[in-house]
Amino acid sequence: MTETSVQDAMPNDATGQQAVDTSADLLRFATAGSVDDGKSTLIGRLLFDSKTIFEDQLESVEKVSTERGNDYTDLALLTDGLRAEREQGITIDVAYRYFATPKRKFIIADTPGHIQYTRNMVTGASTADVALILVDARKGVIEQSRRHTFLATLLGVPHIVVCVNKMDLVDYSEEVFQNIRRDFTEFASRLRVPDLTFIPISALVGDNVVNRSENTPWFDGAPLLSHLENLHVASDRNLQDVRFPVQYVIRPQSHDARDYRGYAGSVASGVMKPGDRVVALPSGLETTIEGIDTADGPVDEAYPPMSVTVRLTDEIDISRGDMIARPNNTPAALQDIDAQICWMDETAPLVKGKKYAIKHTTRWARAMVKDINYRVDVNTLHRDEDASEIRLNEIGRIQLRVTKPLFVDPYRQNRETGAFILVDETTNKTVAAGMVGGLPHAA
Amino acid sequence: MTSHVLSQLRSLEAESIHIFREVVAEMERPCLLFSGGKDSIVMLHMAAKAFAPARIPFPIMHVDTGLNFQTVLDTRDRWVERTGVQLVVASVQDAIDRGLVAEEPNGSRNRIQTPVLLEAVEKNGFDALFGGGRRDEEKARAKERVFSFRDDFGQWDPKNQRPEIWNLYNGRVHQGESIRVFPLSNWTELDIWAYIAAEKIDLPDLYLAKEREVVDRGGMLFAVNEFTPLKEGETSEVRSVRYRTVGDANLTAAVASEATTLDAIVEEVAAVRLTERGATRGDDKVSEAAMEDRKREGYF
Repeated sequence: MTETSVQDAMPNDATGQQAVDTSADLLRFATAGSVDDGKSTLIGRLLFDSKTIFEDQLESVEKVSTERGNDYTDLALLTDGLRAEREQGITIDVAYRYFATPKRKFIIADTPGHIQYTRNMVTGASTADVALILVDARKGVIEQSRRHTFLATLLGVPHIVVCVNKMDLVDYSEEVFQNIRRDFTEFASRLRVPDLTFIPISALVGDNVVNRSENTPWFDGAPLLSHLENLHVASDRNLQDVRFPVQYVIRPQSHDARDYRGYAGSVASGVMKPGDRVVALPSGLETTIEGIDTADGPVDEAYPPMSVTVRLTDEIDISRGDMIARPNNTPAALQDIDAQICWMDETAPLVKGKKYAIKHTTRWARAMVKDINYRVDVNTLHRDEDASEIRLNEIGRIQLRVTKPLFVDPYRQNRETGAFILVDETTNKTVAAGMVGGLPHAA
Repeated sequence: MTSHVLSQLRSLEAESIHIFREVVAEMERPCLLFSGGKDSIVMLHMAAKAFAPARIPFPIMHVDTGLNFQTVLDTRDRWVERTGVQLVVASVQDAIDRGLVAEEPNGSRNRIQTPVLLEAVEKNGFDALFGGGRRDEEKARAKERVFSFRDDFGQWDPKNQRPEIWNLYNGRVHQGESIRVFPLSNWTELDIWAYIAAEKIDLPDLYLAKEREVVDRGGMLFAVNEFTPLKEGETSEVRSVRYRTVGDANLTAAVASEATTLDAIVEEVAAVRLTERGATRGDDKVSEAAMEDRKREGYF
């Protein structure tokens, strides 16, 4: 039996390109909540009702549910991955789940809700378009709901969906739902929440998750899945400010492309076109975009999150960590950085005077903590201005002095060029997530 | 006027290319783990795209179990020829002969390839290994980082992972430590197939349905060949089957399928109701925590 290449069976051009270029877009959302909120059940429900769960996965979950003497199939088991977690019945780490409908592909960052895991929530929210906050209809808005909402706004998540869960346990009461909505809205008014939506659901039974529920005739909004499918996220991206952090310089050492010199990177924000005047930072030298290349050929424009290679008309010295912007619209070149940070290291707190490695876009430098302005209590939003350190899972505002300029924008305007991480120079661990600029709320 | 919205497949591709470039820019000696399966081929395809028009600036390594389908080796060699990439082969047979590892009673070389891999990594001084793992494959993988830190024994500690925030990856390691990098983390099996079809990616044709002589063992269809000959009392039949994964030839089963083209596979995968590992990989059936245990030992 001889096996040959599959190229004979390739589809024609038109079909192939269509599948890639005109199909669904991508939506990333983060869920936060504890086991009690029914978060894992909700995710299990979304995967199950959107027919993403596979038969063998369902069988294994049914088997375990039966062994544990459960009356119903515990959909939460679908997402509780690591053995330690299953044994303890808790979720330790961020887990990523995937499902797709004809309209969209969804990436779920599933994060545990307990205060100990604030760093996981921050991790999950950092790239999310939407944050799903679960509220138990019987308990109403609790400390944890406030914490999750604060963290989502801190990380600049543009859309928040509050799922009032376990509606079946409050007889689908509109009054209960409206009270929670009122409480939550009041609390959220102190934060910058660009888009806030409330949906009454029962993850266990399936009300308003994928299909509209007959149990909530008073609710005129869309069920969760259709809300997520139709949410407009394109305008959340910053298409105004051209920011192109140079990631890698492509200089082929080959005969056929000897003179090629291209600057590879991902477009952080803005739209770049051949012919645009640009400035390279830190040199400040101006030039023009000669062409924008991809392996599939040159493109007319590049926008986030495209990975491209930019060629410039003039030979100027540019290397990894440099930034390409427009001459009349540049990021600030700062060595003194005012930032919010979430501390993520369990072994040592952040203290004044300590030095760390800092990574911002594609640029590494060293940073010293010049000052700790205050620590924020993530539950009450109270600021402790006497704080001398910031410990694991705490949020604080600090002043950094960096060894060389970083090309930054306020995080609120740009989630790419406003973000950085701190790395412990001894352990090499990532110890903090940082956001340039002040608090995300006006208070 | 364009909408400036990238399709989900192009977004995934852009993310993967970003990861390749980041690793090459920051790590000393990266290497791509190449099995000849579709995921490693998709990785190689995107690695080539990430550095075009230059060549891929790192080698690929094939841990050769000696139990390969010939067509997989042929495909590997075509890719090496096409991309000009440097190929490193680490031989499990050779390691058995040298006494580094011993054959397991069930004939699986899946577990014993780990020491062979780790030895080759050490010998070559690789500090970053690209693997084709996807988070949708298995529950333990769902919690693994894109940049997955390994200690100097190559072990993964699921409770001690570095936080991964935004796309700011941290590949800093001490001497002897390394990272595994999974550029396909956010891809699903369906994404992989849609991409293969769209990009016309050259694969071993085991993936396409064809009439093959197979034997049914407990619901798993094994091709009758030198690796899995008929046992006494078994009868074979000719059926239209294809492979959903191409692991070791003695352990990888085929599935009944009429999908003779890539487009037909995309349709089939969109409708299929078994995860690919559950369906065809005998070695993952051992226990629910099987993958987690293997990863702790340094397996991909």
